[in-house]
Amino acid sequence: MGAALERAAQWTAAGSGTGTLEITPLNESLLNQIIKFAEEFSTKHPEEAAFVFREPLEWKTQLDSSVFGKGYVINEAAVQSEATSRDGQPLLLLSASTLRVRSFDQLSRLLQIAMEKKLKEAQACLEANRDPIVKILGPEYATVEGEDTSILHLFDKVKRGYDPETETKMKIILLLHQLDLQLLNSSLKQISQGVRLNPAAVNSEVNLLKNFSGKGEDTVLESLEYTSDYVFANGCRAPPWRQVHGDICYLVIKPHDTDPLYITCNTAGVFLNGGLLKGKELDYERKSDVYKDIVTFLRERSSRFVENMAKQEYSFFKEPAHEKNYQYVEGADAEVSGQSQNLYDSTEKKVKSSAAGRRSTGKKLQPTMQWKNTGLSASQRPKSSDKASKKDTEEEGRSSPVSSKMKKKSSANAKSPKINRAPGRKTSSSLEEVSDSSSDAEEDEQPIRRQEGTTDLSPEYWGIQKLSKYVKAGDPTATVIALCSMRDFNMAQESCQLAFKDTGCLEVLINLLDTEETNCQTGSLKILKEISQNILIRHAIADLGGLEIMVKILDSPDKDLKCLAAETIAHVARFKRARKTVRQYGGIRKLVGLLEGVSVGTPYQAKDTEIARCGALALWSCSKSTKNKKAIRKAGGIPLLATWLKCSDANILIPVVGTLQECASEPSYRLAIKTEGMIENLVKNLSSEHEELQMHCASAIFKCAEDKQIRDLVRQHGGLQPLSVLLDNSENKKLLAAVTGAIWKCAISIENVSKFREYQTIETLVGLLTDQPEEVLINVVGALGECCQEQINRSTIRRCGGIPPLVKLLTATDQALLVNVNKAVGACATETENMMIIDSLDGVRLLWSLLKNPNPDVQASAAWALCPCVENAKDSGEMVRSFVGGLELIVSLLKSKNKEVLTSVCAAIANIAKDEENLAVMTDHGVVPLLSKLANTNDNKLKRHLAEAVCNCCMWGSNRAAFGEYKAVGPLVRYMKANDPSVQRAAALALYQLSEEASNCIIMHEGGVVKLLLVMVGSTDDPLQEAAAGCVANIRRLALATEKAKYG
Amino acid sequence: MSRKRLQLLAESLSRSTKHFSEGEVECLIKLFDALLARSCSQFAVSGFNRIVFRDTLFAAFGMTDDVVLDRVFSTFDKSNSGCITVVEWVEGLAILLRGTLEEKIKYCFAVYDLNGDGYISREEMFQMLKDTLIKQPADEDPDEAIKDLIEIVLKKMDYDHDGKLSFADFEQAVKDENLLLEAFGPCLPDIKSRIAFEERVFPDTRKL
Repeated sequence: MGAALERAAQWTAAGSGTGTLEITPLNESLLNQIIKFAEEFSTKHPEEAAFVFREPLEWKTQLDSSVFGKGYVINEAAVQSEATSRDGQPLLLLSASTLRVRSFDQLSRLLQIAMEKKLKEAQACLEANRDPIVKILGPEYATVEGEDTSILHLFDKVKRGYDPETETKMKIILLLHQLDLQLLNSSLKQISQGVRLNPAAVNSEVNLLKNFSGKGEDTVLESLEYTSDYVFANGCRAPPWRQVHGDICYLVIKPHDTDPLYITCNTAGVFLNGGLLKGKELDYERKSDVYKDIVTFLRERSSRFVENMAKQEYSFFKEPAHEKNYQYVEGADAEVSGQSQNLYDSTEKKVKSSAAGRRSTGKKLQPTMQWKNTGLSASQRPKSSDKASKKDTEEEGRSSPVSSKMKKKSSANAKSPKINRAPGRKTSSSLEEVSDSSSDAEEDEQPIRRQEGTTDLSPEYWGIQKLSKYVKAGDPTATVIALCSMRDFNMAQESCQLAFKDTGCLEVLINLLDTEETNCQTGSLKILKEISQNILIRHAIADLGGLEIMVKILDSPDKDLKCLAAETIAHVARFKRARKTVRQYGGIRKLVGLLEGVSVGTPYQAKDTEIARCGALALWSCSKSTKNKKAIRKAGGIPLLATWLKCSDANILIPVVGTLQECASEPSYRLAIKTEGMIENLVKNLSSEHEELQMHCASAIFKCAEDKQIRDLVRQHGGLQPLSVLLDNSENKKLLAAVTGAIWKCAISIENVSKFREYQTIETLVGLLTDQPEEVLINVVGALGECCQEQINRSTIRRCGGIPPLVKLLTATDQALLVNVNKAVGACATETENMMIIDSLDGVRLLWSLLKNPNPDVQASAAWALCPCVENAKDSGEMVRSFVGGLELIVSLLKSKNKEVLTSVCAAIANIAKDEENLAVMTDHGVVPLLSKLANTNDNKLKRHLAEAVCNCCMWGSNRAAFGEYKAVGPLVRYMKANDPSVQRAAALALYQLSEEASNCIIMHEGGVVKLLLVMVGSTDDPLQEAAAGCVANIRRLALATEKAKYG
Repeated sequence: MSRKRLQLLAESLSRSTKHFSEGEVECLIKLFDALLARSCSQFAVSGFNRIVFRDTLFAAFGMTDDVVLDRVFSTFDKSNSGCITVVEWVEGLAILLRGTLEEKIKYCFAVYDLNGDGYISREEMFQMLKDTLIKQPADEDPDEAIKDLIEIVLKKMDYDHDGKLSFADFEQAVKDENLLLEAFGPCLPDIKSRIAFEERVFPDTRKL
């Protein structure tokens, strides 16, 4: 608040030493804000409020000791607060009208006590303490102009060591700074509104007033004189040292009805000064409010001035007002709202006679007419900018109070109510029209605005506008001629496309669709089909209801028309809302119907293919919405697509396969693709010569091949070879991404992997590990990962130098890519020779750091990959220990919520725990309780890996007993009943380890484990047999021992 | 007309026009006879006159433009006899209902070439287009607007830039842009009335 007080607050002009705060609206609002701040301080920040000031704030108060009540000790004139600081001094002390306050708490209480004297007290306080912060926090926090580093120092202090007092100080200073900013902001607003007078303005006003001054009854003033005749070069008459304070000149004004007034004309405004002191010296101190000019000042001071002014109005006062009015009318477009209010206010104040009142009403209508004009033009051409239309609506809201005020005034005048009221009504009705048209135009305006200015001037604009005249005014014949001629413009050009929109021709085109004239519909659609390549046009067509009509046209008997409508729908339905519209008007069913016209052997066959092509194109666009996919299926589209898939025309195959691959994200379609035998055709078209068709086929296979049967079908139809061949086309990245995707998914089946090996696909894939976009890399790495199922391929990858690029990809950022890379690296790591390379490239460290990735899939795949790494690396125990914080990290992942993460981490821990030292570290990080907590899972995979982890973690210290304590043994016994033999096996091994601890044996026996174990003893799996037998032996031994102890 | 003659005529016409089956031609001949019976002019023996023709086309296809209809009559009336014979009737309808693009181009050009000199001149265009502007563009002489329109047409269709449309011009323009086939006014039935007409006249043959 220091800065605000120094700069914004208006200290008395002559102020030096202890100045006084003037009573100006600005200061008052500043003070009020400060008071509000201080009052609320104790409730909002109770801790900081208790802070004791460095020095008390001290000032002369007008408060009396009697007002103090509870919480204060009063003796005679002195008042002390009961609350004291730590060294025993009272926080508030009043003695002989000097008040000392030492905390915010007391300050806010004081302000509450002071009631209506609040303002005076606050003023006195601030006058006595020009920079209160110094008193509150200490001199080092004094407000300095420019850079203020006090907060930084304090911040350093806080950082250096914890000290509650410094922290409180910090908070206080931050709060005060906040207040300061707030004060400056609010005062800035006021200051910016302040009037700035200049010598010329004052001079002309004085001259004007002088014309109407002099002796006599009807003059406005008796006299008006400057105090000094000397004029400085800058036009000021005030002495230079006063000019510094903004004074321009001083006047002595003698009105008819009051004493002479001594006024100061300051750049900030006009105010009364202290008048003449003895001698010739003026008292420059301000004694009144500040007014914006002399006339305003005099209107407040002299009633005769006002009276006589009214009589003069036609000769002098009204003129400037008129000038202003014209200005407003001219500027109506830009600033009507604010100005008309002003206009009204000023007329209300200044103009008294009803005649003038009527005239002003007439004036008021002028801007309104202008709004009406803008409104009309907006409806003709939806071009008026958003801003204007917003203003229009604002206008309506604003002007209604004005017009009601106007009515009130007119009825008060009661002289010509009819005349006044009539225009009033007209105003409001015309305003309604305006707001209607603007709200209609609002929605589709936004995209235009960006284009404005450039398109207006293009030759296309004028050409199309000229032709659109014939479209609008002509009969079908003239319309068709104009439409055909329009097609000579280059429709692929953006300026041309937008010209249709800007000329309003687009609406006409869409209206033409709704006629019965086939030729007009055709002509219009031919244009719409082209210009709907433009996104703005697409949206505009949808907004204008074009889709609805086009869907209707799909029923037309004219085949050309149908084709055009379907093709245009295909272009427009590229965004969600449009696709929804097509569906809602039954368009999907009709489009599917277009595919039905498969007639064989007639001369119309070419037309039918064309219709089907257009239908498929539209379906393709629409099939990007899930609901439309369902609608296509319900409309019976799948068998039709399957039929067309058998044809050999690439033009129709592309949209058909495009639709299929788009829909293949739905399980129902994948099933249909399998059962309707579409795979055969998809595979066949992989060898087409159209890259786009190849791409869609590959991508359809990519999406479907999660299904095992489909993978087999692809192989049976010989699809794997063309896929491998397509890998050589590495220029078309979209194609490459689709093909590698298909290979990836197909390679999930091991039979397919062998085929790929035959075709040497692995070598090609390794070559694609570098310099490819991410979407290709994901699939390539995924495919390699799947190929690693075959041991020989793992060596192939190594031989082709695939491991270094794979390890390098561990530093990628795309999560899907990372998952695949982890899998591939993990798969490679199962080979000892590969592992050596991975180790030498520091791959394990990279994998380990991916455990920190926020994505659970990445975490899990990294943990899985770590298992073979730890297993196969040389000196793996040493290596794992060398990762700082690595063991803690992996143990902490046991807290994850993701099952796959938990499973993979258990598997990794089982491997890591084989090293005793590492196990010791993990035990320290609490691996035992965390594993025990997971024991109650019902996921078989997790059970198995958890049991393995438990088994291997038993090897350290008192871990066996600890597992018992954390209740892991009971659940493990139950694992023995699981229907998965691998779970049983792992559980048996773990139980054998746990049974080395007597207390665990008791739990196991209670759980009825012996019977289950006895079955395992008969197993052919040696380690399992051994473990089961060992466990039973341990239990038996304990039983014998107890019996011996009991009875022997 | 005897049954046998009817069959013979139908057979020969279906061969010459290519577009209709025998049965369909028979239906058309029956329709012709019915129309002939209604017209009570002195030419009734060999064919029917302009007025009956005009009424028929209006009723069947909703064609209203008198200038165009007169020209359609003249085009049908290849013998220039002032009346339409049964052969002319069937051949004319063949183009109207089933004509190929080439046939239609020839037919339309013949219709639009008002004076039959082999060219569509500016004056002929003006004659045909003068009523096309329903509402005049503001502040413009109506004739000027029509003339502007004619310039637009010429710019679009006059390939050899001689200020008039030859058959070659017309053919080329229509092949480039089928919509220009009826550039100077509707002279072909639209698809809906065509289907309706065929359904009415060929009640049985349609189903074949």
